[in-house]
Amino acid sequence: MELNSRIPDGLNSRIPDGPIENKWEKHKFDLKLVNPANKRKYKVLVVGSGLAGGAAAASMAELGYEVECFCYQDSPRRAHSIAAQGGINAAKNYHNDGDSVRRLFYDTVKGGDFRAREANVHRLAEVSNNIIDQCVAQGVPFAREYGGLLDNRSFGGAQVSRTFYARGQTGQQLLLGAYQALERQIGLGAVKMFPRHEMLELIVVDGVAKGIVTRNMVTGAVESHVADAVCLATGGYGNVFYLSTNAKGCNGTAIWRAYKKGAAFANPCFTQIHPTCIPVTGDHQSKLTLMSESLRNDGRIWVPKRKEDCGKPASQIPEEDRDYYLERKYPSYGNLAPRDISSRAAKQACDEGRGIGATGRGVYLDFEASIKRLGQNKIEERYGNLFEMYERITDENPYKTPMRIYPASHYTMGGLWVDYNLMSTIPGLFVLGEANFSDHGANRLGASALMQGLADGYFVIPYTIGGYLASIKPGSRIKVDDPVVKATEQSVSGQINRLFSIQGKQTPDYFHRELGKVMWEYSGMGRTEAGLKKALELIPQIREEFWHNLRLPGAGEEVNQALETAGRVADFLEIGELLCLDALNRRESCGAHFREEWQTGDGEALRDDENFCHVAAWEYKGDGNAPVRHTEALSFESLHLATRNYK
Amino acid sequence: MSKHLNLTLHVWRQKNATCDGKFVEYPAENISPDMSFLEMLDIVNEGLIRKGEDPITFDHDCREGICGTCSMVINGRPHGPKERTTTCQLHMRSFKDGESITLEPWRAEAFPVLKDLMVDRGALDRIIAAGGFVSVPTGSAQDANALPIPKENAELAMDAAACIGCGACVAACPNASAMLFLSAKVSQLSLLPQGQPERYTRVRDMVAQMDAEEFGTCTNHGECEIACPKGIKMENIARMNRDFIKASLTYRPAVAGGGGAG
Repeated sequence: MELNSRIPDGLNSRIPDGPIENKWEKHKFDLKLVNPANKRKYKVLVVGSGLAGGAAAASMAELGYEVECFCYQDSPRRAHSIAAQGGINAAKNYHNDGDSVRRLFYDTVKGGDFRAREANVHRLAEVSNNIIDQCVAQGVPFAREYGGLLDNRSFGGAQVSRTFYARGQTGQQLLLGAYQALERQIGLGAVKMFPRHEMLELIVVDGVAKGIVTRNMVTGAVESHVADAVCLATGGYGNVFYLSTNAKGCNGTAIWRAYKKGAAFANPCFTQIHPTCIPVTGDHQSKLTLMSESLRNDGRIWVPKRKEDCGKPASQIPEEDRDYYLERKYPSYGNLAPRDISSRAAKQACDEGRGIGATGRGVYLDFEASIKRLGQNKIEERYGNLFEMYERITDENPYKTPMRIYPASHYTMGGLWVDYNLMSTIPGLFVLGEANFSDHGANRLGASALMQGLADGYFVIPYTIGGYLASIKPGSRIKVDDPVVKATEQSVSGQINRLFSIQGKQTPDYFHRELGKVMWEYSGMGRTEAGLKKALELIPQIREEFWHNLRLPGAGEEVNQALETAGRVADFLEIGELLCLDALNRRESCGAHFREEWQTGDGEALRDDENFCHVAAWEYKGDGNAPVRHTEALSFESLHLATRNYK
Repeated sequence: MSKHLNLTLHVWRQKNATCDGKFVEYPAENISPDMSFLEMLDIVNEGLIRKGEDPITFDHDCREGICGTCSMVINGRPHGPKERTTTCQLHMRSFKDGESITLEPWRAEAFPVLKDLMVDRGALDRIIAAGGFVSVPTGSAQDANALPIPKENAELAMDAAACIGCGACVAACPNASAMLFLSAKVSQLSLLPQGQPERYTRVRDMVAQMDAEEFGTCTNHGECEIACPKGIKMENIARMNRDFIKASLTYRPAVAGGGGAG
């Protein structure tokens, strides 16, 4: 079917006027308010219960809105924000080392290679300090110094210490803080929680988001939920690569269904490959495990200078035969160079035949010097749980032999397009956290994902949702038996039946692995026109085979994990194609998007600001039709467009 | 090291909460010792799907030992034989060629089986909802460094806060008690100044909810501490009991507040 375009030329980002330092204050004042007695007449659905979703659901319930929250996990506490290890940035400047809101803003825009929206990033930096205050008040046990004050460490892409942390479990502790705030509201009856519910469709009435259709993952029941606004906080689509640091259940289904209902999908090719993950061991591998970037504070990354040394144990390679390539190439940032740069440098070393480990796809992360300098106790205090995890997985002791690491798919900067209010191109549909595109540009800095998720959930959406709801008549919600609602519900049941009716021979995971191989090969750390065109040939072939040769066991009206996987893989098979199409059309290198045709003499990303200083936002035009590429020009009023330099 | 393993699995199969379950035997062949335990089950399941049989249902998600989703009793031990290791972090190098492995769900009155090895742990969420929080609405916090906290207390609070809410402690306890889980949250918040205003109502409310959920009582067997993949210590239970006794002795029913000014 052909859809009429809902997206005007020149997407309206609704960035407030005025100097960048005042935009958010001014906007908060300009937003309409909903009077306290009316708030309970509005219902908001929050899909996802991670840092963004959990914080949003709790905060909006505290304000008095009726909130329903959905997650596919068995408890909201298990959302994948929980796995973030290293820390959360804030511009507190507690260490008097020259940090400020402006510096955090600048570092984030620069880290994103000038492909983020300035006004959003500034707001993020402004509220970063409120986040730390809020979390400490909730009882989040951040690391402290002996005087009892909060400790900080450094992360990639910054020359100040602004990262707050709770051992190697910062994401867990921040999520539990949000989860406890959410459970408090659940206990008070202000939030109704729907665990083990997966959103499978967005309900759109007259172009406006009015609800969602879910599948109850225990009973299989397909159910509709109607509301005055919908917030998607469903995370990223990094599992499109099959192997990634995401949880097995992380998926792009919610944002993809919204895209197919008219929400523009922005910069899908901006996907982050994290430099420090445990390398792949074999075909059986089901996921990859991250080793926190914080390890780069005390670990030194190296490979042998000579190929011939790669087979030797690390201890037999003398100091002068080691190439500490990040320290050599980027002396001022060294091992704390940003993620995209560090990942590419690792790939380059391995491509030169200097990779280590059985597969030759690995580099060392070595703590010997730090252990000598600080003692094993200090290293254990800082990273003990990470070292234990490494040993559990690899059976090697990183206190004795250096860790082996290699880059892996980790985070997606791209996502649904949102305006300054976090509203998508579908009125009433808001998108929060990793699921949106707005703050990280072409590369996210370490410890900024937690900051953005909580900023959106605690300090942005509670304000901006009011501005939207104030324009709707209270109590004007559509009914759950509305024909549009029923038709949407039937389309979901139809899709489930279609999956069961194929009766082929292959498992859902088989197709996911096949897609992952193509994505990693042609759209991973290095991309070329020929490779992307090849991927755009191969992905539809895999998709075709999926719809002819998928085998599903059991039935839809029961717990059926294979069905859940199949539905997600079906969407990944489409997301992957859009990702490659976007990568093909962005004829420049920027941040994590590295087109091999566009690089400087020494192999750095070469931006084309004249032609590509914009957000690419894709509009769905129906199956079988090419999507349309819209653009939002990025203007840098407060900062100057500059070439990134970490040397 | 690289020799592949052939194993026999005895797996609890149960169609849903109302059906009876039984053990069913499955071979797991040509298993690499580098695989994780769940990757071994993935391979068994893909084989079952290709044969048109129902794959084994088990909860899992992050596969890096932090989300607390994975939950199964392996050869009689929650999360299997390795100390301080969740099922998803257990690797096949911990098993011998030819071994038989028995897989069961968490067994507890408060955790009904949903299917095979998957149980409903919603009771743990309801215990948190009863009081496992600091009541601090968004936006009402003071500066984070306004209240220094002794490093030692922050570290002890972090030790307790490391709980992943998997429920292994309940599965290991002969009484199916949730005391280790509950005490970890009570301890964390009792050790911090932010937790003081609600310290005694919190412990009373959470214990009342635990009792209502049909968890058993603690009789100091200590199985929970051994099973806990995150090393949560029984000293948390002692700390919680002190708070609970004090809370019970000093309890006064809430009185209706007087009307405010105006």
